[in-house]
Amino acid sequence: MLGSTYAMIAIAFTLLLGVLNMFNFAVGEVFMLGAVFGLTFVHMGLPLSVALPLAMICTGIACLVIERFSFKPFRNAPPLVPLVSTIGFSIFFQNVAVNLWGSERSQFPQWMEPINFHIGPVLISSTQLVILGFAVCLMVALDLFIQRTRLGRGMRTVAENLETASILGVDSRLIILMTFFGSGAIAGAGGILFGLSFSIVSPFMGMDPGIKGIASMIVGGMGNVRGAIVGGMFIGIIEVLSVAYIGSSARDFAVYGLVFLALLLRPQGILGVIQPEKERI
Amino acid sequence: MSSYQLDLFSSLGINILLALSVYCPMATGQLSIGNAGFMAIGAYVSAMLTVHVHLPLFPSLIIGGIAAAIIGVLFGFPALRLKGIFLAMATLCFGEIVRNFFMNFLQPLTGGAYGFRGIGDVPISISWIWGWVALSLVFFFFLSRSRLGLALMATHDDETVSELIGINIVFLKVAAFGVGAFIAGVAGGLYAHYYLYIEPEFFNVWESIFIALYVIMGGMLTYWGPVLGASIFTLLPEFLRFLQDWRGAFFGVVIIGLMIARPSGLVTREMLRIDFWIPYRKRRKP
Repeated sequence: MLGSTYAMIAIAFTLLLGVLNMFNFAVGEVFMLGAVFGLTFVHMGLPLSVALPLAMICTGIACLVIERFSFKPFRNAPPLVPLVSTIGFSIFFQNVAVNLWGSERSQFPQWMEPINFHIGPVLISSTQLVILGFAVCLMVALDLFIQRTRLGRGMRTVAENLETASILGVDSRLIILMTFFGSGAIAGAGGILFGLSFSIVSPFMGMDPGIKGIASMIVGGMGNVRGAIVGGMFIGIIEVLSVAYIGSSARDFAVYGLVFLALLLRPQGILGVIQPEKERI
Repeated sequence: MSSYQLDLFSSLGINILLALSVYCPMATGQLSIGNAGFMAIGAYVSAMLTVHVHLPLFPSLIIGGIAAAIIGVLFGFPALRLKGIFLAMATLCFGEIVRNFFMNFLQPLTGGAYGFRGIGDVPISISWIWGWVALSLVFFFFLSRSRLGLALMATHDDETVSELIGINIVFLKVAAFGVGAFIAGVAGGLYAHYYLYIEPEFFNVWESIFIALYVIMGGMLTYWGPVLGASIFTLLPEFLRFLQDWRGAFFGVVIIGLMIARPSGLVTREMLRIDFWIPYRKRRKP
């Protein structure tokens, strides 16, 4: 459950990093914006089925704004520059959210009657099942989109080599914008799902999942959507298991320790392939 | 000076030390966003020494710094395998591990999540902090004019080539991590003894990220960059008080704007050469 949230954030990172080799640190805050927008729309009286896509569009647009100011001016700069610039954006979004929505935690209203199932010793509510199902559907759809469709192929071409892709007639500008939009929408959806399942929405909710999303992406293998899914699940499961068997105080300790080990033992990630170093001169 | 100004200048001094501690590994091309971890080690070790062992301040600061440096070197070896964003991630994990360590273990000695109270046997004044700042600036001044400084610069610019011309980059990178960790540890010790209270939450990811921001915004190629970056980022929020609630948001905008205006930081290598400041007509083309 938690794993699917991390997986979605990791996908949002991976889309940008894998396709465009751009690292957007503000994804955690886009995730938060998704939850906050979703909550606002629900409070305005819209049903969840409308609020979810609307919030996804809003976060997609937020990501386009980030692209305009943090990435477009730095096409040829070292990758550190946009990274810092997106840190600026995450500070910006967080403070704006505090000012506009207040810093208290709020939660989604009850949106369906929970029915609890017992599968062996595990207790699962229907709410969790629906959310999990939606997350899985979204991930499968995205994977199919990238692997099978023409636009997805364009994305992979741009990922391989931007200049060659442009020469071959791929509209790279469009692909970049699309990818940013998609990444924002996925992160936003992740935020809403997180808000629904843990019933916490606050301007500070993005930081921790954001960092764990980066960790999932790196553990799973950079620039690979399937890797991001595996990595997210891996971290989510470790987190839940360490709370269950060691105690909640050991949670972050276990997660970061294992990520650290994973980085040292398998720097390319679980599903990653070793990329040859870029040729010089 | 009023106590407000005194506090501001002390935190400025500590931030400059922290920025220099990130600059040090950065000078060999390693981005560390876990330096709050080293700072925490220094702060806790030196505070434990003065409170429980009753050591004087100076030796406990040094021991705190050395403890951080030893861990930094131990961390620097495996970190050699990693580059770029992977390294940044590993340092981030390291910082979080340290923070959680002090949160959950050693509770009887440090108070764990409740915070470490009772530091205060030893008085510390602002001159202590600025003394350390001056000391490290002198160190970096001589370093930048030495052969070692040249080797650092070469490693930063191109690792493969520097290795080919016989620079021991393994030694340089690990040493840079160790020295950086030492400075961060000392800064942590000063922090603990100036504010007389520490808790693990002070050393979280955002602290590390802010330290790295000082360096990147100030310019990561010269040691003046971190100093300027830390000064601006400590003083700017104070000047922006009239914006009230929108201060944080504006701060974010400043970062975005600065990156667009000066992508390689405020201070670049060229600016340190005299002919940069001579009017254009007289400057010779390289």
